[in-house]
Amino acid sequence: MDRIQLVSTAAAVLLLFVVLEMVRRRRLLERYALLWLLAATVVLALAVWRGALVKLAHVVGIVEPPNALFFIALAFILLLLLHFSSALSRLSDQSKVLAQRVALLDTRLRALQAATDGTDEDEPIAVTLGELEQTRS
Amino acid sequence: MANRSTHLAVIPAYNESATIGRVIERVGRERPDFDVLVVDDGSTDDTGAIAHRAGAEVLRLPFNLGIGGAVQAGFVYALEHDYRCMAQVDADGQHDPAELATLMRAMDEHETDVVCGSRFLSSDMSYPAPISRRTGIHIFAFLLSLFVRQRITDPTSGFRLYGRRGIELFARDYPHDYPEVEAILMLHHHRLRMCEVPVQMFERDGGASSITSGKSAYYMVKVLLALFVGLARRRPVVEAGESAPVFASHGI
Ligand SMILES: Nc1nc2c(ncn2[C@@H]2O[C@H](COP(=O)(O)OP(=O)(O)OP(=O)(O)O)[C@@H](O)[C@H]2O)c(=O)[nH]1
Ligand SMILES: [Mg+2]
Repeated sequence: MDRIQLVSTAAAVLLLFVVLEMVRRRRLLERYALLWLLAATVVLALAVWRGALVKLAHVVGIVEPPNALFFIALAFILLLLLHFSSALSRLSDQSKVLAQRVALLDTRLRALQAATDGTDEDEPIAVTLGELEQTRS
Repeated sequence: MANRSTHLAVIPAYNESATIGRVIERVGRERPDFDVLVVDDGSTDDTGAIAHRAGAEVLRLPFNLGIGGAVQAGFVYALEHDYRCMAQVDADGQHDPAELATLMRAMDEHETDVVCGSRFLSSDMSYPAPISRRTGIHIFAFLLSLFVRQRITDPTSGFRLYGRRGIELFARDYPHDYPEVEAILMLHHHRLRMCEVPVQMFERDGGASSITSGKSAYYMVKVLLALFVGLARRRPVVEAGESAPVFASHGI
C-alpha cells in the first residue's frame, strides 16, 4: 500500500464512521445519510482494491490511478451538492405553503375572536421573522 | 370580517406604509363591490396596521415570501372564501382602481378567465417605466407572444383580474418570485383564456420600488430560465390521487 492509498482509506473509513455516528445520534436523517454512505463506501472500496481503481482509470483515460479516486470523490461532491439544492428547493416550497397557511389561520382566528368578544383589535403577530432578523443584525 | 361580496381585490404589500392607506381608500371608493384583502408580506413597517385601520382584511405572512408567494396566498384566500372573481392591484398607487371596470367588461365581453392591464396598449403613457426595464418587458412580451401564439404587450403588469378558473389554477400552483410572466405561460398550458386591455400606469405614489438594478438582472435571467424550462414543462395541476407536488419525505 502506498501512502495515497493509506490516506484515502483512512479518510473514507473516518467519513463512514462520522456519518453513521451522526445517524445514531439523530443528527442526520437516514434519508440524507444514504448518499454520504454510498460515497464513502465507493471511495473506500476503490482505495483498498487497487485493481479496480487501475481498471477504472484506464477506462476513463486517466493516467495516474490515484487521480481517478479524486475524480470519483469530486463527482460525489457535485452529486451531493445537487441533492442539497433540491432538498433546499423542496424546503422553500414547504415553508411557503406553511407561511401562507399560518397567515390564513391567523386571519380566521382574529375574525373569530372579533365575533365572540366584539373587539376589533389589531394586535400584530407577536414576533415576526422580519423583526427577529432586525434585532439580530 | 364576514363575506360580503363575490369580488375580491388583493393588494400585495411589502413595506408600503406610505401608500397603502390611500390605495385601499381608492379601491373602496371606486369599487365598493369589492372586498379588499391586503397581503402584508412580512413588512417591517406598519403596513399591516394601516391596512387594517383602513378597513381592509389583512393577511399577515410571518416572513417575506416575495410577490409570488404573497399573491398566491391571496388566491388561496379567494378560493377558500368562494370569491367568483379576484383582482390584483399594486400597493404603490400605480394602478387606478377605477379601471377595474375596464378589466371586468373585457372579462365579460371576451369570456376570458384572466384579464391583464397593459400600459403599452394605452395611448396615455404616464409611467412607461425606465428604459432598461422596458427593454426587458419587450423581450418577455416578444417571447411570450411567440409561445402562446397571442399578442402580449405587458407581461409584467400586476394589474389583473382573475375569474374562478384562474383562481383555482393559481391557488394550487403559482411561480415563486417574479411570477407574472410565467403565469401567462401557465394559463396557455392549462388552456385558460386571457386578454389584455389598455390601462394607465402612474409613477409610484410614494415609498421605494422593490426592483433595484441588481434585482432586475436577476429578474431577467430568472424569468428567461423559467420561460424556456416552462416550455418543456406544462406544469400540470396535480389531480386528486396523484402524488403531491410538495412532500416531506424524499429518498435520494
Ligand atoms: N408581497 C410582496 N409584495 C411585494 C414585494 N416586493 C414588492 N411587492 C409589491 O409588489 C407591487 C409592485 O412592486 P414595485 O416595487 O412597485 O415593483 P414594480 O411596480 O414592478 O416596479 P416600479 O415600476 O419600479 O414601481 C407593490 O404592490 C409592492 O408592494 C414582496 O417582496 N412581497
Ligand atoms: Mg410599482
